[in-house]
Amino acid sequence: MATMQKIKNHAEELASQIRDGSFKAVDAVESSLDKIQKKNSALNAIISTLNERALDRAQQIDKATTRNGKLFGVPVVVKDNFCVEGSQTTAGSKILKGFVSNYSATVIERLEAQGAVVIAKANMDEFAMGSSNENSAYGAVKNPWNEACVPGGSSGGSAAAVASEMAPIALGTDTGGSIRLPAHYCGVYGLKPTYGRVSRYGIVAFASSLDQAGPMARSVRDLSLAYDSVAGFDHKDSTTYTETAVDTYSKLTSNIKGKRIGVVTSHIENVDQNNKELITKAIDTLKSLGATVVEIDLPYTENSISVYYMIATSEASSNLARYDGIRYGVRAEGATLDELYENSRGLGFGPEVKRRIMLGTYALSSGYYDAYYKKACQVRRLIKNGFQAAFEKCDLIVGPVATSSAFKLTERSQDPLKMYLNDIYTTSINLAGLPALSAPIGIQKDGLPVGLHLIAKAYDEQVLLNVALSLEEALPGFERTAGVRG
Amino acid sequence: MAKEYTTPEGFEAVIGLEIHAQLLTHSKMFCGCSTEFGKGDNANTCPTCLGMPGALPVLNKKALEFSALIGLGLNCEVRKESVFARKNYFYPDLPKGYQISQFDKPLCENGHLEYLSDGTKKRVRIERAHMEEDAGKSTHHGTYSVVNYNRSSVPLLEIVSGPDMRGPLEAADYARAVRAILVYLDVCDGNLEEGSMRCDCNVSVRRSGEQKLGTKVEIKNINSFRFIEKALQFEIERQVDAVQSGEKIVQETRLYDPDKNRTFTMRTKEEAHDYRYFPEPDLLPVVIDEAFMNEVRAKLPELPLQKAYRFQKEYEIPEYDAFVLTQSRELADYFELVARSTENPKISSNWVMVELLAKLNEQKMGITRSPVPASALAGLINLMQKGVISGRTAKDVFAEMFETGASAEQIIKEKGLAQISGNDEIKKVIQEVFVNSPNQLAQYRSGKDKLFGYFVGQVMKATSGQANPEVTNELLKEMLKGS
Repeated sequence: MATMQKIKNHAEELASQIRDGSFKAVDAVESSLDKIQKKNSALNAIISTLNERALDRAQQIDKATTRNGKLFGVPVVVKDNFCVEGSQTTAGSKILKGFVSNYSATVIERLEAQGAVVIAKANMDEFAMGSSNENSAYGAVKNPWNEACVPGGSSGGSAAAVASEMAPIALGTDTGGSIRLPAHYCGVYGLKPTYGRVSRYGIVAFASSLDQAGPMARSVRDLSLAYDSVAGFDHKDSTTYTETAVDTYSKLTSNIKGKRIGVVTSHIENVDQNNKELITKAIDTLKSLGATVVEIDLPYTENSISVYYMIATSEASSNLARYDGIRYGVRAEGATLDELYENSRGLGFGPEVKRRIMLGTYALSSGYYDAYYKKACQVRRLIKNGFQAAFEKCDLIVGPVATSSAFKLTERSQDPLKMYLNDIYTTSINLAGLPALSAPIGIQKDGLPVGLHLIAKAYDEQVLLNVALSLEEALPGFERTAGVRG
Repeated sequence: MAKEYTTPEGFEAVIGLEIHAQLLTHSKMFCGCSTEFGKGDNANTCPTCLGMPGALPVLNKKALEFSALIGLGLNCEVRKESVFARKNYFYPDLPKGYQISQFDKPLCENGHLEYLSDGTKKRVRIERAHMEEDAGKSTHHGTYSVVNYNRSSVPLLEIVSGPDMRGPLEAADYARAVRAILVYLDVCDGNLEEGSMRCDCNVSVRRSGEQKLGTKVEIKNINSFRFIEKALQFEIERQVDAVQSGEKIVQETRLYDPDKNRTFTMRTKEEAHDYRYFPEPDLLPVVIDEAFMNEVRAKLPELPLQKAYRFQKEYEIPEYDAFVLTQSRELADYFELVARSTENPKISSNWVMVELLAKLNEQKMGITRSPVPASALAGLINLMQKGVISGRTAKDVFAEMFETGASAEQIIKEKGLAQISGNDEIKKVIQEVFVNSPNQLAQYRSGKDKLFGYFVGQVMKATSGQANPEVTNELLKEMLKGS
């Protein structure tokens, strides 16, 4: 590699310098790929890199005559469940080992239309099923802040890549907390947009009514730029919202005077002491910036884990039926068609995926459908109504992302139920289809970062970004990246 | 079939049909791929209809429009909100591992269809008609199989009748009537042989007078109307035999083998799939507004039944004729053209029904391929009505027209077939007949009236049948009286 210039800290600055020609996209991309090469053996955040494709694109960008694009020349890491034409897409599963997608996801096309360069595919829990990123067929991802800890899941590779400065921006997906949890554990920003804001076309599905792609970044302004780049109506995804051009970046403001912030005190009481202190401090900061705090009630959210695991596994059991060894992916031979299916799926899927397929298959079975799936859908409606009522009293809700910061690898992986409880604060948001953001608010005594969970009403991502920006500016500075290891 | 099949004495058959109609849209149901037939293997495919990871379905609006149109044609209620559902099962020709269909909220419900079977008017309820995508096609080659996904996600409408039919012919005629509507609406080509219309029959038997339905059996793989009848006949006999010998009917799916003319077990209830239906989360509920329905209604043409009623009223033709003539839009149009040009609907109807259809059936031709266009048939009928040719000659002329495509006038002229109607000409012939038949003349005049027919015959013979029969009769009567 030629120049070894340090990658710029933020996408906003980098894109501006590449646009005006003072910095080269090729250098940015090379620097990023170099960082991956150096750090990935320790972190295992990346499954594959797209060196040739990325460098080709970077060269084109450097030669381009029209030099606009929100992410012009910016290297981006995407979770390995986004299809990128001509590249391997594994979704963290052995069953898709070596599978090369023949098309690109809409969000990939949109990123590229804004000049972004996809440099690598990030590690993840298999089919996005997990909260610790220990369920990957390609090995667990390590937390850049402490390699003995999990980075959170399922977008753990994306979070670790951003936290360790492999790239300023990464894309993840969030079905029950999979962007926010790793953002919290890795000290980066993570936005789960409103369901329908970002096209799901070309993203390997886990649970279709809950899945939503979103960006991760080290600053609110970068987060906003990345979000604006990918959001908006897509005729290829019937569930996208009609608004076409989404522009939060030009409307960013840290003035949050008069914003009403909803808090469920019991949620904050239940978290680990270190987290509680930082969350309380962040809320006090918001008050000092002119926001008011109101106590709210979120009925039925205590059911959200059960409801979530019914709906998510049901949809997953159907979404994952296409991995049958017939057209692509792993095929294990068998004497009969049924054996071929059994052997291929038995070999290709990991234990957590099998567990969820079985749960979902059971919940949808005739005779059980009403008691499980249908009942879960009814409670989902109640949870959604509860949020709607709460948003009559406030403009956004803040609280914890999880009960604690990152935990130790293997600490919970033997107990699926304990692992599922990690998602206690995040799943209700997906069930209600709301936008939510995890914003880093400090480092606890053991050196692990803590995030604040911000939740808004549907399609109001702007307020999340504005409030996150106000905190970013107001909170005492702390090392927001773990890139120190460099 | 010479005679309509009858269910064995003391038993009643209960039959319901599920008809899959392939919609004539240019693109597939959930992606933009072409539906054109006969392309290379897997040429009409994309990530969506191949079930690639991450691909999503988007509803084809035309498929929705066609489905709603069929719903109206079958007198159904079209739901303002219908929901797509996933039907989950594993098979290599089903790329996603589920078929997108509709389950508890189908697009069309509660319709009915009236049609004529064996001269009797029947009414069959349409329970529902729901939209769904087709699967691909597997071909097995001994040690391996191949799959072609060109048909994957081609739009279908499944039309489910009530268990309202009691005999094989009634069921086949119902299928014919559904086909007629689909073709009238120009939304399905209704070809059973090629599979653009597929028909599954549900049939059970019970002892006459019994209220409770017997155990039903589903018969698949029937690809002609005749086979619907034959498969049902076989199956009814089989079930009645079983009941009579005290066996239990097993709920199962059977296949019809036309070569052996029998049905055989495909899978029993125990082997049946649990389809685990649930609402398709990748598609929003289909919401239909008034504006859309008005658009669809505007496209609804006059349907066979309405046309048949109008024909009965407007042309005063019998019910049977009206139903036969409205079987297809083209036949109905043909008849109307003839009827209007001749101003004699009854004669027109007879000619179309008897002469034309017989010839067409003989040649296995459809009305659109008739060598005698409507205007030509009208021309022939008009010449006959004017007395230029007799009814008998007209039949010969028609046969000639059918064969050569020439007009009636041309044929009559070339062959000198015009009728002799002139009094003087016919008188001359009669006189000749009298000269040649002195004995008969004497006998007649001495009271043997029966010989009148003989003289008519002789005149016709002498004129090769071209003498106008009415004029001949009149003149003969007069001249036989003698002077």
